[in-house]
Amino acid sequence: MKHVKIREKQSNAFLVAVSAVVLGLVAGAILMASIGSNPFTGFWFLFRGGLMNIERVGNTLATATTLMLVGLSVAFAFKTGLFNIGASGQMLIGGLCATLVAHKVFLPRPLYLIVLILAALLGGALWGVIPGFLKAKFNVHEVVATIMMNWIAYWSIYYFIPAYLKGPSLETESASIAVTQSLRTPWLTKLFNGSYMNLGFFIAIISVIVIKLILDKTTLGFSLKAVGSNRHCAEYAGIKVNRNVVISMMIAGGLAGLAGLSFYTGYSRNMQIGVMPAQGFDGIAVALLGASSPLGVLFSSLFFGILQSGKGFMNAMTSVPPEIADTIIAVIIYFTATSVLFKRFWDAVLKRQGDKAKKKEESAQAEVKKEGE
Amino acid sequence: MSHVIEMLNIRKEFPGIVANDDITLQVEQGEIHAILGENGAGKSTLMSILFGLYHADRGQIKVKGKEVHIHDPNDANDLGIGMVHQHFQLVHNFTVTENIILGKEGGFLLDRRSASKKIKALSEKYGLNIDPDMVIEDITVGMQQRVEILKMLYRDADILIFDEPTAVLTPQEIDDLMEIMRNLVSEGKSVILITHKLNEIKAVADRCTIIRRGKFIGVVDVKTTSASKMASMMVGRPVNFKVEKKLAQVGRVILDLHDLNVMSNKKVLGVKDFSLSVKAGEIVGIAGVDGNGQTELVEAITGLRPVESGTITLDGNDITHADIRRRNEIGIGHIPEDRQKRGLVMASSLFNNVAIKEYYHSPFSKHGILDADYLREYAQKVTEQFDVRSGEGIFSLAGKLSGGNQQKLIVGREVVADPELLIAVQPTRGLDVGAIEYIHSQLVAHRDKGHAVLLVSFELDEIFNLSDRIAVMNSGELIDVVKTSETNEEEVGLMMAGVRQKDGEQ
Repeated sequence: MKHVKIREKQSNAFLVAVSAVVLGLVAGAILMASIGSNPFTGFWFLFRGGLMNIERVGNTLATATTLMLVGLSVAFAFKTGLFNIGASGQMLIGGLCATLVAHKVFLPRPLYLIVLILAALLGGALWGVIPGFLKAKFNVHEVVATIMMNWIAYWSIYYFIPAYLKGPSLETESASIAVTQSLRTPWLTKLFNGSYMNLGFFIAIISVIVIKLILDKTTLGFSLKAVGSNRHCAEYAGIKVNRNVVISMMIAGGLAGLAGLSFYTGYSRNMQIGVMPAQGFDGIAVALLGASSPLGVLFSSLFFGILQSGKGFMNAMTSVPPEIADTIIAVIIYFTATSVLFKRFWDAVLKRQGDKAKKKEESAQAEVKKEGE
Repeated sequence: MSHVIEMLNIRKEFPGIVANDDITLQVEQGEIHAILGENGAGKSTLMSILFGLYHADRGQIKVKGKEVHIHDPNDANDLGIGMVHQHFQLVHNFTVTENIILGKEGGFLLDRRSASKKIKALSEKYGLNIDPDMVIEDITVGMQQRVEILKMLYRDADILIFDEPTAVLTPQEIDDLMEIMRNLVSEGKSVILITHKLNEIKAVADRCTIIRRGKFIGVVDVKTTSASKMASMMVGRPVNFKVEKKLAQVGRVILDLHDLNVMSNKKVLGVKDFSLSVKAGEIVGIAGVDGNGQTELVEAITGLRPVESGTITLDGNDITHADIRRRNEIGIGHIPEDRQKRGLVMASSLFNNVAIKEYYHSPFSKHGILDADYLREYAQKVTEQFDVRSGEGIFSLAGKLSGGNQQKLIVGREVVADPELLIAVQPTRGLDVGAIEYIHSQLVAHRDKGHAVLLVSFELDEIFNLSDRIAVMNSGELIDVVKTSETNEEEVGLMMAGVRQKDGEQ
């Protein structure tokens, strides 16, 4: 009985997310129709683009990997009441650290992977912990601090890469790392028919599980959530609010650093300068649609992964511009943000069904009585 | 006998709880009819149904003998029903007139002058004493309430509902309000008064409908029914207004404050050279008017606010600069003044809230991993022992509980932890008789176990009822400490105003 109640609430969040997605797709369909395209063929090619063969599935998963880790980063900070807009910068620094390791460190594969992962984790965590510290010590708002950190990362990389990691031909990107130094592995590449699929996907899945366990089962998660939902009460209870803010930003930064790892040494194999990774902001959408829960982030990143990786194919096969996919994502976010409306709607629907069932039961009972007479 | 309002066999269910179960309310023309019930008994739900905010699952509503269906507050207004809410709904930088005509502006052009005239006339007729041209933010809370009353009168309401109207008023303002209610009924209006304060009902009401746990208990004639009879009907058992307690068995010093100085938020000393000790087995009450340094004092002892100078010793340990968790571990329990801001995480379940101070150590958790089974068992124990009522048991969110149950939850958490020193700040604010009696008995029981209790209250009754000694505070200073048995309210009242007694002890 008690467990049923809790499950009910979760299914509510799920229902809200699904409603937002459906309405987002409907809005996309209307847009397609309004520019004279057939929405059905548009969606057909959009989803085919993401899923039609094993190679494309691999690419979708590789795209989703980065989104999943960034989404997890934003969601985790959000649980502690912090808004991490700095995932882009944390991704860049995590990616930079990983790229450095990939160029300079040569070790047996398992050991090498551990060093690589740690480098990205620490780079991202450093970029997260600085705004966390500023917030805790000087009450600098984390939104301002993380945005600043984004640009510090952006410009640092702008000059660092040409100076130290310059590619052989192009000034605007780093030298490619060897495939053997990346997250790609022969068996995965073969399995997914030469797609971008890489070990980052497993890192993301493990991260989802670890973060879920931290939030649900550990004292660390307990204190982080207490600080996030009422810092006054947390302080009163003896929980160190500032320390938790720093820890939360550190973990969030580390997750975004892993996203950088998956993107720069898995999905691609070099870093371009002068590009702020858009995934850092798409991750906010992933976290919102996933209701800031790790499992929610897992599913919403897979969905956004399909849209992102399918939009090019849709554009190639039809006259629908790829921006439609971004528009659909934007509309979904609007509907997620106004999820209160859906909640009311579903509550009303569920209640009406309940009432109907009750009435049916009553009238059935009445009939039985009549028959008895 | 003509009934202006009849609510017959009303039933209203919320998930997990029946708020109103077959309740009948009949209000006569020209009477003040009180609705008495504990917090969470269903008074507000019943009135929300009458006002169109909720819809009854079952039952019938008749206004002036005619059956009606009230879908929203506009329907209620059209039927002449008006409500003064607990939280006023006024625009602060508008004048009285502007606030009153809001939503009833009339045609395209705003006719302030005739509206103002009508308001002035109404104000005089009912003795409300309101200047229609005053701006809301410049007038007192009591006057704002009268503006709310005028708002209803302006809309020709003749059935007026007051929802806990005295919660925000000073004693003088309460007397004025009672007078206004009498004026209203003498002019032919009918008044419904929702409250859990018996003395107010005794003072002003004609009849009283009593509900308990969503059920209709009875209607009584106020003049011929004693307060204790009504109280026992409300709570379901006899109620003691006086706390029964034995003589204090005083032991060693638990809390010792020495020359304590603490800054207030305004960056001036909120607590000045304050020295006081509280011993095991006694309750020391801090008497004083709100804002005389009590908050700063309590926050300094509990670690929420830094100390400028002086020392705080707890059971022999210097805790002047210790962090909050260390103080909790040595043995401070704290029932905070603001239960929603400090005391509970509203968006979290009861079982998390019960464990919020202790989750980090065994047996609540081991090696950083929470023991979910133990957390639940523990919460079950605390909520059962302290009779915390909720829709979904320990899985309910704290924010869904009624105020009394929230407070019982906090008291339960703090008392079960069995601290050497329990600090209770305004522990019964806004609670009903039953809950007050219960919480008082818990504080006394904690004392009788040989622990120290520091009580801060702005209600002199409560201080006198519970304390063994009374420390009087005025503008951050300790005026004096007196034995409760050797003083009286008058003397303490004078000291609260800052007058020092020459022959006071200690």
